[in-house]
Amino acid sequence: MTTRTELAPFRAALPARLIRPITGARWKAFPWWIAALGLVAAGTAYLVLSNPAYYEAFQFIRAGLGVTLTIALSAYAVALVLGLLAGLGRISENPLARNAATFYVEVIRGVPMLVLIFFIALVALPALIDGLHSLGLWLTAQGLSGPGQMLGRLDSRSVSMNVRAVAALSITYGAFLAEIFRGGIQSVDRGQMEAARSQGMTRAQAMRYIILPQAFRVMLPALGNDFISMLKDSSLVSVLAVRDITQVAKLYAGHSFRYTEAYTILAVLYLSMTMLLSALVRLLERKAGSHASR
Amino acid sequence: MPAADAMIEVRDLVKEFNGLRALDGVSLTVPRGKVVVIIGPSGSGKSTLLRCMNLLERPDEGEIRVDGERLTGDERDLNRIRADIGMVFQHFNLYPHLTVLENLTLAQQVVRGRGRQEAESIAMAQLERVGIAEKAGSHPRQLSGGQQQRVAIARTLAMNPKIMLFDEPTSALDPEMIKEVLEVMLQLARDGITMVVVTHEMGFAQAAADEVVFMDAGRIVEQGTPEGVFKNPASDRTWSFLSQILYHPTAAAVTG
Repeated sequence: MTTRTELAPFRAALPARLIRPITGARWKAFPWWIAALGLVAAGTAYLVLSNPAYYEAFQFIRAGLGVTLTIALSAYAVALVLGLLAGLGRISENPLARNAATFYVEVIRGVPMLVLIFFIALVALPALIDGLHSLGLWLTAQGLSGPGQMLGRLDSRSVSMNVRAVAALSITYGAFLAEIFRGGIQSVDRGQMEAARSQGMTRAQAMRYIILPQAFRVMLPALGNDFISMLKDSSLVSVLAVRDITQVAKLYAGHSFRYTEAYTILAVLYLSMTMLLSALVRLLERKAGSHASR
Repeated sequence: MPAADAMIEVRDLVKEFNGLRALDGVSLTVPRGKVVVIIGPSGSGKSTLLRCMNLLERPDEGEIRVDGERLTGDERDLNRIRADIGMVFQHFNLYPHLTVLENLTLAQQVVRGRGRQEAESIAMAQLERVGIAEKAGSHPRQLSGGQQQRVAIARTLAMNPKIMLFDEPTSALDPEMIKEVLEVMLQLARDGITMVVVTHEMGFAQAAADEVVFMDAGRIVEQGTPEGVFKNPASDRTWSFLSQILYHPTAAAVTG
């Protein structure tokens, strides 16, 4: 028998409404969906632990987690940079920057993600690298052998599929994040930019010290949600034969014919990661919210 | 030639918004160490004129000189000149994500290049000056409107401005908070700071102004000493504006 004190840390970690006895009308407010999710997780955990077939599938597919997480995290980091640049471009007074950024965002939004992944990884990126390679050869011929040889050494065939996958995902999500950055920046009161400029700050200084910190708080939930979306969409890069969890699940199912086990494990793995992340996002949100209103 | 003691010289300023003339050929000189108060009905162009003085609004025609230097579109010159022009806004425009102290030190550090300690001691001195030093660690949203506006004034003072521009500094305040802000401004006027103030507070104009400028429909209609403009307005438009602002028939009817 566990005592009340032993349970205390767990009780503290749970929302209070989960602990209070469910009486009267409270059953309507009770988040049953969380209970159902918990049941799914517990059921799958039980299957993995008790059923050798599920255990084997889990062990096999688990090996892809590192690739999935690495690709999602690095692609998101690059996408943040691209998104910030494109978002600033969208609201820039410079017509070239504005049009280039809008072109980028509209093109990406107009093409299905799966097609973009094929196109970027197998067409655009190799073309870019081949172009740099040719530029290197040309520079060497012009006598600039330093940068020339560095570029000339580039070879599109030697770029791994993992790198291509990161490039594809980050370019795609950079366009989505651009819209989040644009919205966040535009949500900051105009008077903030005026006050900063009236003090002699440059536009860049005003952005960095005044606008972006305020915009970031507004953007935080959207940025978090897009990271969750990206984690899910990273399953698409399995078409590049990148050994992420989707690809290894496909491989496992293919050679063992245990489709049920493989895809159940795969689905629950994604679900666990996204649930964990959205709980984290909610926590961050609450923290940022309480900070802003203190 | 710019006049030797002119802090701001505005000549033949024209500014249009969507074909509407907000400024229709305005010329004005603000002498060093003097307080110029601009009054006029809303839409008369007084705020636009003020906002042109540090190029927050870019005029379509005309010329502006600050301390003898011409304001052009060149960003680097502009940032340097703007650092010398303090501006106080109707809605305070404090930085909500920073503490009161940080509101005062940020521009000192990134624009003036002052060290943190120096910036903080200057900031505290200016907060002391506007009587709000005890709120240095608070965030703007924890302060009343009057306190926020005093912080905003201290924020501009911390930059050691050559001139201060006030854009309806009390218009967004509850009546009971107007006095504390006006008192601070009055003190600054006595300290000899060059000020241009757009306001509806005629009492302040009478007490502090060296010169009162009345604007209507994008033009300066009348300018002179407070005595002259308030007691003996030369133009009918000034007279009718002042009679509306100084004498409220509705208020008189209610109070009997």
